[in-house]
Amino acid sequence: MIIAVASGKGGTGKTLVATSLALSLVNKESVQFVDCDVEEPNAHIFLNPSFSYKEVVSIPVPHLDEAKCTYCGKCAEVCAYNAIAVFTERVLIFPELCHGCGACSYLCPEDALSEINKAMGIAEIGQSKELDFIHGKLTVGEAMATPVIREVKKHINREKLTIIDVAPGTSCPVVEAVKGSDFCLLVTEPTPFGLSDLALAIDMVKELNIPCGVVVNRDGTGETNIEEHCLKEDIPILLRIPLDIDIARLYSRGIALVVGKPHWGEEFLRLYNDIERIAGDERDHNY
Amino acid sequence: MKEIIIISGKGGTGKTIIVASLAALAESKVMVDCDVDAADLYLLLRPITQEMQEFWSGQKAVIDRDKCTQCGLCQDMCRFNAINEFQVDTISCEGCGFCYNICPEEAITMQENLSGRWFTSDTRYGPLVHARLGIAQENSGKLVAVVRQHAKLIAEKQRLNYILTDGPPGIGCPVISSISGVNLAVIVTEPTLSGIHDLDRVIGVCHHFTVPVKVCINKFDLNEDNTRQIETYCHNQGIEVASRIPFDNVVTEALVKGLPVVEHSDNIVSQRIKALWKSIAD
Repeated sequence: MIIAVASGKGGTGKTLVATSLALSLVNKESVQFVDCDVEEPNAHIFLNPSFSYKEVVSIPVPHLDEAKCTYCGKCAEVCAYNAIAVFTERVLIFPELCHGCGACSYLCPEDALSEINKAMGIAEIGQSKELDFIHGKLTVGEAMATPVIREVKKHINREKLTIIDVAPGTSCPVVEAVKGSDFCLLVTEPTPFGLSDLALAIDMVKELNIPCGVVVNRDGTGETNIEEHCLKEDIPILLRIPLDIDIARLYSRGIALVVGKPHWGEEFLRLYNDIERIAGDERDHNY
Repeated sequence: MKEIIIISGKGGTGKTIIVASLAALAESKVMVDCDVDAADLYLLLRPITQEMQEFWSGQKAVIDRDKCTQCGLCQDMCRFNAINEFQVDTISCEGCGFCYNICPEEAITMQENLSGRWFTSDTRYGPLVHARLGIAQENSGKLVAVVRQHAKLIAEKQRLNYILTDGPPGIGCPVISSISGVNLAVIVTEPTLSGIHDLDRVIGVCHHFTVPVKVCINKFDLNEDNTRQIETYCHNQGIEVASRIPFDNVVTEALVKGLPVVEHSDNIVSQRIKALWKSIAD
């Protein structure tokens, strides 16, 4: 089973929930933790993995053999991202705009375009005690996170229970990380910002047709009615974590909640049982 | 005219709360919300929309089932795994048009994609340009460029002194699109190990694009060891820490009331935000 932990709004506690959920389950299941927030990955701070494998993530971008080029302009015509411009006797390639689709090199009538790899980031694989750990890191200055996320997700072992930590927001990096999951946990906080972004995140998960449930973090702040919205959308609230300065201080020191306060382990086990039940019902319903 | 953007790397450090207060403090300005896939500034500035524009960007492939002979070439060639069982998965399709160009039956067309909307609004603090990216849509960077460009037009036309921008979290495409060419990026961080880790990366992006940077430490009293670490780090990098804001419940109280915190209370949080504005306004 793959469980994605997403949020819409940033800083609501995705990493806190994802890391504690994973740590609570290591004695029960074979667990793999996948940090897909490749722009700002943080889970390693809480899980301290030792890495044994590192791979450069790259996308194929066009490379021109000037001797073969007749400046016909076909490549520029087929490129949807304006990554190639052809002048009378000159071709300009902008690799930072390229998505690596391969259309230009395939369609070049002179076979003048080959592809070379452009590094976008890295994927690292390691172990944190019993936990398999994988994360991706977008290179600082690179714009496209999705190729790195796609590459990281290739290392998912479907035999294992996989927990994915997702970036904030609802756009392409989030969709790339969440799609293919069996369940999505949405972490929110009871403030107007939390509610507004939860609503967007619920729309996103519904679009992907993935069952979901909500975790209310910092419960007791803000008086905003998360319940009403969840009831209206028919989405269960599965866990509440109170507003507690001790929890915030543990987080600030990079200590996972279930490590600093072990009694939370049972709560996360119960959360997992609920997720299993809901995802199972959903599967039965679909068959 | 000075364009100032508030970013953070890590999400949820307090960008929007601070931008709303700066909007209340600054004179002669236009506000922009560049966090187009989770825009929240409107909740505090309470805009009245004057103009709504559609944002059409990119294309999606569509297969004509009557013409398709199920040869499978498009499926084999698509690098985004967006075609399965001779149907296009519009969420995975990146609109490259490779399939359209190679289909031997000319069974594929590319259709324009409505990927969001953007708005010009009035608020009691001045004009606001904001947007909403459609659910699961791409091209947030392009939408950011559109709202920034429009805000600039407003600032030029009305001869405003400031463009105040609420930026997106992260370091990827919407962030790069938001910060390129601004006069100052104010990075709001928090004294957590995650905050410190993310601060380092987002400063790297600002340096990469030669954007001047100042730092603001929010909830600085949550972990004073970490706050000192951030201050030392900034000092070594030659970056000014423009203000330190303590953790205080007035921030949430103001948020629930839908007010910028400087209008809700004159306590230490408001004083520190005023100090921030003083440091970045010139």
